[in-house]
Amino acid sequence: MPITINDTQHALPDDPRTSLLDFLRRDCGLTGTKKGCDHGQCGACTVIVNGERINSCLSLAVMHDGDSVTTIEGLGTPDAPSALQKAFVEHDGYQCGYCTPGQICSATAMLQEIANNMPSDASENLDDRIKPTADEIRERLSGNLCRCGAYANIIAAIAEVAEGDAA
Amino acid sequence: MEQDQPATDCKLDQMSQGIIGKPISRSEGFAKVTGTAPYAAEYPIENCLEGVLVTAPIARGKVTSIDVDAGLEMDGVIAVVEDERMIARPAQGTAGEAPVQQPRQVCYWGQPIALVVAETFEQARDATKHLAITFDADDLKDVPFDPHQVEPESQESSSQGDLAKAMNDAPHSIDAHITTTGHASAAMEPHSAIAEWDGNMLTVHSSLQMLNYNIAELADSLDLKEDEIRLVSRYVGGGFGSKLGVSEETVAASIAAMKLNRPVRVVMSRQQVFQCIMRRSETSQRLRLAADNDGGLTGFGHQALVSNLPGESFAEPVLQSSHFLYGGENRLLEMDVARIHRMTAGSVRAPGEAVGMPALEVAMDMLAEESGVDPVELRLRNIPESHPIKGTPFSSHRLAECLKQGARQFGWDGGSRQPRHTREGEWWIGTGMASAARVHNISEAKARVTIKADGTAVVETDMTDIGTGTYTILGQIAGEMLGLPRDKVLVELGDTQFPRGSGSGGSWGASSVGSAVFVACEALRKSLAERAGVAEDKLKLKDGAIQNGVSLVDLLEGEDLSEEGHYEPGDIDDDYVAASFGAYFTQVRVNHFTGETRVERMTGAFGFGRVLNETTARSQCIGGMTWSIGAALTEALHFDPVDGHLVNCDLAEYHVPVHRDVPDLQVIMVEERDPAASPIQAKGVGELGVCGGAGAIANAIYNACGARVMEFPMTPDKVMARMPDD
Repeated sequence: MPITINDTQHALPDDPRTSLLDFLRRDCGLTGTKKGCDHGQCGACTVIVNGERINSCLSLAVMHDGDSVTTIEGLGTPDAPSALQKAFVEHDGYQCGYCTPGQICSATAMLQEIANNMPSDASENLDDRIKPTADEIRERLSGNLCRCGAYANIIAAIAEVAEGDAA
Repeated sequence: MEQDQPATDCKLDQMSQGIIGKPISRSEGFAKVTGTAPYAAEYPIENCLEGVLVTAPIARGKVTSIDVDAGLEMDGVIAVVEDERMIARPAQGTAGEAPVQQPRQVCYWGQPIALVVAETFEQARDATKHLAITFDADDLKDVPFDPHQVEPESQESSSQGDLAKAMNDAPHSIDAHITTTGHASAAMEPHSAIAEWDGNMLTVHSSLQMLNYNIAELADSLDLKEDEIRLVSRYVGGGFGSKLGVSEETVAASIAAMKLNRPVRVVMSRQQVFQCIMRRSETSQRLRLAADNDGGLTGFGHQALVSNLPGESFAEPVLQSSHFLYGGENRLLEMDVARIHRMTAGSVRAPGEAVGMPALEVAMDMLAEESGVDPVELRLRNIPESHPIKGTPFSSHRLAECLKQGARQFGWDGGSRQPRHTREGEWWIGTGMASAARVHNISEAKARVTIKADGTAVVETDMTDIGTGTYTILGQIAGEMLGLPRDKVLVELGDTQFPRGSGSGGSWGASSVGSAVFVACEALRKSLAERAGVAEDKLKLKDGAIQNGVSLVDLLEGEDLSEEGHYEPGDIDDDYVAASFGAYFTQVRVNHFTGETRVERMTGAFGFGRVLNETTARSQCIGGMTWSIGAALTEALHFDPVDGHLVNCDLAEYHVPVHRDVPDLQVIMVEERDPAASPIQAKGVGELGVCGGAGAIANAIYNACGARVMEFPMTPDKVMARMPDD
């Protein structure tokens, strides 16, 4: 079976060594997904596979036979951005922009994790519904590094969207 | 224009558009958040080969052989490039010439020595692992790695009066030894280049901060003329000093492309970025402060030992702001450099102040305690009237205002500073503060501004935007001057086909290139005024029209108007000391049992001249404050003492702050115009946020738990070692 990326089907690469990240960037021309470390340490390559966020550098493309992948390009475009993409611009939740697609893909799936009541280290208890507090968001986004140090603005952007979703 | 006089009356304040300084969103914002902004390695170039650098697993010695023939046998390999023009180190910022070449001579562990080029990245990467290379490595006993084990060279020494006597005579004195570790810039985008050669012209997409210098560095490295090279860096995924000078991948990709007549892409691995790009030197500092009964400084001493490779002129300028921040008649400032074989030391965000200021501010906190003067008050009492040695006046100075506004916003009560005043469960809670200071830098810059016949404008310069907001603010300056909304101004950056800007570095980009845009717009306004038949100072432009109703389109009658603005700093820095100042206030909690520190809140108040865009300026401040948290608590390069290799060469082991380490940050931008700093009255803000903030956190750790740690970063082990017994 082919792999589906942003609703388009692609054939898997011949070289089994090709990471999902390199496949997206090079073979599919989807360079919105970034390579920051190639070792799962920075989160810049975060994409959403079958609804869950992963570091695409830590996964070989050939492991994704039949999977459905959403990249930053699949979340929105400059003319039709997603709510998070808009909020990142409004809150200046980025500077150089290199970690940004990973932050946004990660945040998109993370908000769904909270909606699904998945707990984290920052959750106060396991009995109540998990809420998208700033501390929950910080904990859950800590795998997405931003060296420019835009964290405070990124949290403000995500919190705004989370509040809108909750309302 | 050359600036020799303060620009007291700035035209930007007399215009009508009303966009200068406003919190306008970044013009390239939607390109960045949708992943459509192309960074250096991302251009879809046909027939492009992939290169991977081969690095040396020895600290010093010679490459004796590289088995090129066997390399060429490997799957997909097109070439093994070993060329004496390849550079062995990155160029220092503003070098404008080739750095050390001849990579067969190895000077540090991880130095690039060759490039494997293959059809695919996987093939090239695999071949580098199997390439047979022999070395003649120097005996490790003879290779110095520890800056304390060599006789250092004197870099700087100045004194006034008698510091030793002042220390003896003073009722209050502090003699503190403080160390800081090496830091990495760790920009999120690894160093990358795609080079193309058409037989006459070399075009390189690369991730660089200063194209105006980089083109000369690349030309010198390759023995080409500058007009045979085009560099493009439209989007740069962070720099922080690491992309000031041209680095190994750009030169290697260029050589390979010229040899093979095919485009070649080279992207450093994260490990290579750590191993062969600039580090910030570790420092050992001695601070001596002598004060009278009221805390007034009578003596000020700051000495530092830093390191670099042999042959490098750069030395971490630790004492830079110590020259003028506080008074004290008896002064001694000395800095030495140890020549050791770690990778090149160079500029990392706020070279000098990022490590010098935290140490000084810890010593000031100790003096506050010793003299019984509140830390804010102590700093207020020691702000000098003019440069303490030269006597030169400050052009503008907002330290006092920053201290006062910051203290008010934070709720600094000026009460008892006895440590261990508050405990919640396992956690001690305390507060701390520090001053911020950063020298003002400015540089020559050119920019072309064109008013198009359709009533829009275009700004062109080879200046870069490394996340700083340059695209946005240059459009605001031009829009303000020419009476155009921000979205009617297109800003084109990062291409050497445009006039030479200043490059991004030393916080000088906005004031330097901003002034060039301003100068170009002044000339355009003169032309427009002539066409309109009014005096230039009566020309009121707003929303693409003159006040009398005539639109720019009608005035231009189908023609474009273009001017190149050329700004040069002039002699004004002989007459004034210009610097940015600020103050940090923070509250931390420190775990009594583990020594873990969490920053709970942090306020920064900063004065840096005219604010060109409230949003992007604030972002620069929070970025710097975030770096302060890293420098205070986690960031440290660790080197193997035996073979000199960098042990923690990735983002799992070199700990930059993550989301959960950073609380909401409060920023106060203190109103200031500095007419001597630049024609637009702006100074720099990209580095100010990391010029002392780590000291505020250190002082808060002491106030919280009573551990006076003298080594940055203040990791749990170091806090526990100083935690009072009980």
